Amino acid sequence: MRLRHVAARGYRVGGALASLSIMSRITREEVERVATLARLSLSGDEASRMTSQLDAILDYVELLRAVDTTGVEPTSHAVPVRTPLREDRAVPGLPPELAVANAPEREDSAFVVPPVLEGEEH
Amino acid sequence: MSVDAHSSYEVVIGLEVHTQLRTESKLFCGCRVRYGDDPNHHACPVCLALPGALPVLNARAVEFGVRTALAMNCTVHPRSVFARKNYFYPDLPKGYQISQYEEPLATKGWIEIDGEEPGGRSFAKRIGITRIHMEEDAGKSIHDAAANGRNGSQVDLNRAGVPLLEIVSEPDLRSPAEAGAYLRTLRQLLRYVDVSDGDMEKGHFRCDANVSLRKKGAQELGIRNEIKNLNSFRFVEDAIRTEIERQARVLDDGGRIIQATRLYDSATGKTRVMRTKENADDYRYFPDPDLVPLALEAAVVERARLTLPELPERRRIRFESEHGLSAYDARLLSVSRSLADFFEAVVAARVPAKTAANWILRDVLQALKEREQEIEETKLTPEALAALLRLLEEGRITAKSARELLPELVEHGGDPAELVSVRGLEAVSDSAQIERAADEVIAAHPENAQRFRAGEEKILNFLMGQVMKKTGGKASPAVVRDILARKLKA
Amino acid sequence: MAGPLGTISELRAQLDGRKVSSRELTDAALARAEALEPALRAFVGLRPERARAEAAEADARVARGERRSALEGIPVAIKDNMVQAGEPTTCASRILAGFVSPYDATVLTKLRRAGAVIIGRTNLDEFAMGSSTENSAYGPSRNPWDLARTPGGSSGGSAAAVAAGVVPLALGSDTGGSIRQPAACTGIAGMKPTYGRVSRYGLVAFASSLDQIGTFTRSAADSATALEVLCGHDPHDSTSLPEPVPQYSQRLSGEISGLVIGLPREYLVEEGVDPAVLQCVREAVAELERCGAKTREVSLPHTKYAIATYYLIATAEASSNLARYDGVRYGHRAANAKDLGDMYRRTRSEGFGAEVKRRILLGTYVLSAGYYDAYYRKAQQVRTLLRHDFDQAFAGCDVIATPTAPEVAFRLGEKASDPLRMYLSDVYTVSANLAGIPGLSIPCGFAHGLPVGLQLLGKPLDEVTLLRTADSYQRRTDWHTRRPPEPA
Repeated sequence: MRLRHVAARGYRVGGALASLSIMSRITREEVERVATLARLSLSGDEASRMTSQLDAILDYVELLRAVDTTGVEPTSHAVPVRTPLREDRAVPGLPPELAVANAPEREDSAFVVPPVLEGEEH
Repeated sequence: MSVDAHSSYEVVIGLEVHTQLRTESKLFCGCRVRYGDDPNHHACPVCLALPGALPVLNARAVEFGVRTALAMNCTVHPRSVFARKNYFYPDLPKGYQISQYEEPLATKGWIEIDGEEPGGRSFAKRIGITRIHMEEDAGKSIHDAAANGRNGSQVDLNRAGVPLLEIVSEPDLRSPAEAGAYLRTLRQLLRYVDVSDGDMEKGHFRCDANVSLRKKGAQELGIRNEIKNLNSFRFVEDAIRTEIERQARVLDDGGRIIQATRLYDSATGKTRVMRTKENADDYRYFPDPDLVPLALEAAVVERARLTLPELPERRRIRFESEHGLSAYDARLLSVSRSLADFFEAVVAARVPAKTAANWILRDVLQALKEREQEIEETKLTPEALAALLRLLEEGRITAKSARELLPELVEHGGDPAELVSVRGLEAVSDSAQIERAADEVIAAHPENAQRFRAGEEKILNFLMGQVMKKTGGKASPAVVRDILARKLKA
Repeated sequence: MAGPLGTISELRAQLDGRKVSSRELTDAALARAEALEPALRAFVGLRPERARAEAAEADARVARGERRSALEGIPVAIKDNMVQAGEPTTCASRILAGFVSPYDATVLTKLRRAGAVIIGRTNLDEFAMGSSTENSAYGPSRNPWDLARTPGGSSGGSAAAVAAGVVPLALGSDTGGSIRQPAACTGIAGMKPTYGRVSRYGLVAFASSLDQIGTFTRSAADSATALEVLCGHDPHDSTSLPEPVPQYSQRLSGEISGLVIGLPREYLVEEGVDPAVLQCVREAVAELERCGAKTREVSLPHTKYAIATYYLIATAEASSNLARYDGVRYGHRAANAKDLGDMYRRTRSEGFGAEVKRRILLGTYVLSAGYYDAYYRKAQQVRTLLRHDFDQAFAGCDVIATPTAPEVAFRLGEKASDPLRMYLSDVYTVSANLAGIPGLSIPCGFAHGLPVGLQLLGKPLDEVTLLRTADSYQRRTDWHTRRPPEPA
């Protein structure tokens, strides 16, 4: 485990040392694309910082490429279990007042949200 | 412009249908599946996506999925995997929908459809089924202009988590009429195997249509556009027609079709773009780690196959061959399983098939239509109908009386024999009474009697009608005819 | 302020012997919690009134001879990522401000039925993402052994509370080491059971295929007692194991002769670990040999890929699990949002801290079109290989012994600005989560004046062997009885 070795490499902030990296793993544009997917908005500073931090992390995980995984099944569940099935019986849920009790905004028993913009529909 | 005007293009249509399953509870929690109640009256930590909540799969939903897949001749996979489809929308509380992606419940099936194009050409063909998978429904987001005096949407999660089956057809359909026939056949099948009520207007059954054009004879598929959330059979056909015309115009003008998702506006009859491929969501599917793969034992699938009811196609054929019904009658009677069951129960009570068919298709269905009822809801039992028809056959009542009684039986149920005696509808078979009436009629209409004797046979009907009036309509027509004819000839 | 509370066993004896009441113990725990709070910052919230009411009930039962379990009347704390009906749960995040759960986590139901008295909720790294509690929206907790240092994370608050003698039992959750590493940092026992052994229903999800609820206690014997109450199948959790739960506390024979301890060569390489830490671990192993165990070298060849594998899988699952925090149904919602998109973006940006955002971004990226195969799928394949490593190693041994962490508790602020460096400190713990196997950390000495943890890893569902081994060690050593200095 080359722990200290790796840790000593540190990481780079901003683009000043960009020329030292062989290839950047993730660009600012990609970080912003991903932020949109995740409904996060990043300030300019945050976006720069995240880009270099994520770059360092993705650089680190490159080492997985070296593993020969031909024919290896991906694990989806660590411990195999028989499929648990639930009997189809309706049981009382939460009383409606309790279901919406934490709502930041509500009208009677419905949640209320700001209007949906065109193009966001599903 | 009709589709036929574009005879240089071949239309290629694929349909994706989402049908709600008629389980008691939701797919991943025990909340009741019910429509029309006030918002969030059927909600729990799981379907509200509260922190820490976890899904547990509904056994009956699985059974329904397997039944449907078998009824559509699919391969049911012994292992299928639930996957998360990730996107943000207020009616999607977890921020992902639990669906199936790379490993669905079933694949590679087919159903047979038939019908007629508007021009009169009929078609009968096999439509491939690409896949069937299980997924949960989203809630409802209702745009509410009045919410708290400003614009907003109300979110109701009663529907969130309701079990759905997604059925995807191969792009084997070639016209709006074929699409309509496919949907009708599909709905019939779903109702036959009892997994869905299939009522499009109630939202049980939604359709997305994928439409593309290609030059006749071309092998490659054209660029398709998807029209989403069509919720009536007519809208499906109209929307597809509109889209075909739109694409044909673009191509005729030398343009290219841009892949897009569209919404149909039934008011204007047009489709508009919802989003293009560029700003399409990246759903980031991955196997849901809160659920284990669905493992179906072969024995379970076999049991489902054995308990499948006789499917509509087979039933129709059997009605023709076994009961000697016409193709037309056989088709009508096998439209719904309940109606077909009803018919067979009447036949089992020793009524000739043809008689049963006539009375059901004509009188019973008419009575139901007047009351806006379905066969499942009527109080008329097959046994009661059979009893009524037996009374008729024995001459104990007239056809007219039977027709009078039927609506009452449909509405209130009851025992025909009892009703007959209570209402005094027994056919008059006392020949002395009929003789007397016949004598009176002949005496009152000497010219008509003369005309009959002169050879005008048809006049008898008039005279019969008069005798029927005198006996309050309760005389058996056959007996009246005999007596009159005998007296007139004498 | 009362002195540190004893172990569960000690308190049980006192309660049963009517030497003390649950009410008195609860008062003592609450008083100590409040007194130490300015220094320790272990708690997010205390619930004194309800705790006292529960204590009174427990006393009534004990008086009637109706003691429900070994935990009846014992004051305990829970990490603030397990929901309780009618009480707030924050996950140390602004995004859950004001959230009050309408339902109980299964483990809470079990604790209540067992008669435990919950005195409060402990601090954690936001949404359990971190190794120091420095990612908490409420600021970090401190290590009772050295207040300038971290108690570890993410379950640092629970570890601090037990190490400082506020309660004898606190619940934590462990996704990549979040129970074991804080236990090592603070010199107590930290147990992560086999994946699926304890229900996750009501545990706010971080990485669903890795998360497990576990225990902090002073001793392995106490661990066994607590575990009996918490383990078991739950129909609300589809990943919950159906196997019956052994009576762990009855299986602590004190005997480990013939036990084979595997020593993975990849974990005991000098280059990766503080030599002083390694020394403590070697001495602990030697002690186990003196108890009659045998050691053999084993190999876990894919160890060097574990962290990369972990961070790809955990962040991917987390990015999806945290999508529900959108301001629609509960928690924080950005004020004056113009439209839905604006509401989502501002709510989540205001509500989540930097580390959580970083992991959501990484996880979203890893799952996105074009990258899924290279990152997520690849990681799940390497995970399979890591599991096989353990299967093969366990073919030749009963337990595996390693250091819990490569170094002792670090100084607050030392790694906070270097996320990757923080991740790398999980090197010894993540593999157990990836493989789903149980792990237990117990104190085995001191290095630089700070506690060192010995980690024992076991076969799936073999918590018994882990507990028996640890308990045997603790019968012959006294590291687990050492307490941090009382604050002035």
